[in-house]
Amino acid sequence: MRKIRVLVNIVAVFTLFFLYLPLLAVAFFSVNNTKYGLVWKGFTLDWYIKLFHNELILQAAWNTLVLAVVSTIVSTLLGTVLAIGMDRFPWPRRMNTVLDMILHIPVIIPDIIFAAAMVVAFGFLRLLSSMFEPGLINMIIAHITFQTAFVALIVRSRLVSIGKDVEEAARDLHADTPYLLRRVLLPLLTPGIVAGAMLAFTLSLDDFIISFFTAGPDSVTLPLYIFAAVRRTVTPQIHALSTIVLLVTVIMVIGMERFTRNVQVN
Amino acid sequence: MNKVMIWYGELLSQKSLIKRGLFFLTPGMLWLILFLILPGLILIVVSFAGRGAYGQLVWDFSLENYKRMLGFGIFGWTPDYLIILLRSIWVAVVTTVLSVLLSYPLCFFIAGKPERTRYLWLTIVIIPFWTNMVIRTYAWFLILAPEMPLAKIASWLKIISPGMPLYPSAFAVYLGMISMFLPFVALPLFSSIERLDWTLVEAAQDLYASNVRIFVHAILPQTLPGLSVGVILTLVPAMGMFVVPDLLGGAKYMLVGNLIQQQFGTSRDWAFGATISMCLMVLTMFSLYVYKRKSKGVELL
Repeated sequence: MRKIRVLVNIVAVFTLFFLYLPLLAVAFFSVNNTKYGLVWKGFTLDWYIKLFHNELILQAAWNTLVLAVVSTIVSTLLGTVLAIGMDRFPWPRRMNTVLDMILHIPVIIPDIIFAAAMVVAFGFLRLLSSMFEPGLINMIIAHITFQTAFVALIVRSRLVSIGKDVEEAARDLHADTPYLLRRVLLPLLTPGIVAGAMLAFTLSLDDFIISFFTAGPDSVTLPLYIFAAVRRTVTPQIHALSTIVLLVTVIMVIGMERFTRNVQVN
Repeated sequence: MNKVMIWYGELLSQKSLIKRGLFFLTPGMLWLILFLILPGLILIVVSFAGRGAYGQLVWDFSLENYKRMLGFGIFGWTPDYLIILLRSIWVAVVTTVLSVLLSYPLCFFIAGKPERTRYLWLTIVIIPFWTNMVIRTYAWFLILAPEMPLAKIASWLKIISPGMPLYPSAFAVYLGMISMFLPFVALPLFSSIERLDWTLVEAAQDLYASNVRIFVHAILPQTLPGLSVGVILTLVPAMGMFVVPDLLGGAKYMLVGNLIQQQFGTSRDWAFGATISMCLMVLTMFSLYVYKRKSKGVELL
């Protein structure tokens, strides 16, 4: 048994190493003072400074942020209302099953199928309005669609765990529906809504495939920019950009973990 | 029909309750129907269309695209597309199996840590899970570069010529895929392993069970819920993966994802792209069907 424990630990450490080695390499070469090759030529922060003078990268960062913020706000609203509508009303069983299935579609199907469906759908919508040319609007619509499903699933699980007691008590005390929503249900739901919004935001920042299919020339986001760049050549500037994205991810993950853990403790 | 009922402590008629419910359901459902269900249905219809001379859709409903997928082209039968399809399944299965094999030790390792530091270790696994897949994939360029030890060893073994990187290659695709999907298996698996009842393992040891039997009879059944979620979360997206084979596999190791992207990109053959998407969809549905039958009552999210 002791031998097995040692073996398990070795494999586990090797696995963690395997997960992190590429990422550490990116961070390492982002401060390497040479434009070409992978030989250590001394420490520099030049690549980071140059990032902030690169118009394209700044524009891409701005696009990424606009996309994530707008789609998160809309999808959190839609998803929360949808979750309440699904959980708090006496729908027949069959209808519940169908609604449940619809919510699970974006979770289950490969992104690329959804992206393909979006391309075709926007192709038809373009016949109606030039608003649907490939670009930021299309990306926002596509992101809202899959985020809404995720938000609704998370808020709904929170609704289930809240139960009906508090709402019944509020009704007994003659709370009308707007009052009940504002003073009872929404405060109780807040942790679920925030968790859903954070998930939606992260999903949007993280998404590559759906953005790749729906983006236009003026709506390049950071993942798209990095992808296009590394297909040509890999430069230290891209390492620097990726390292920043990586750090933002680390901060967000730690924030999310903290938040969900606090909610569980309370 | 319009009977009075008590619902969540409120006395009201059924009609007004349903009206209110629909008011809540409509915005979200309308959005999902417009931009999820309808596009999906359109994609199915388009998969039976054809391609015009300029890449436009031609409405000549036929099974032409599906025949083409099966290899019946203008120049006789070639298994090219079928090979790509089978290769995608193969890569997804290998990725899943290896990810599972690596995830068990990793999860035992983390579960063995004291409670104070356990969540720190778990966070270490969660961070790659949320890191952008483009960054995680191209990061392998650095590890597989000619200046790095792996490529040096390979050229010394005469697998590649000196000065060449280890990508694009099948090997690079597997590395990229496993590092991409390992957290997808490890995280759900951990939730099962954390709750593992070790007294069963001790009982098996007391009865002189071999290590293999301990795993199969005492550990595996207990971890099955987490494991099956992990497997489905890996298998399904791995079949449709496009970034990893595109960057690390190149034209040598194409998967279904690349094929779909090609049709919507350079080839501009939306109808055939839709057809390939449908094939991928069938594979997804099949995996989910097996999953549903094997693991009743395990939630995906």
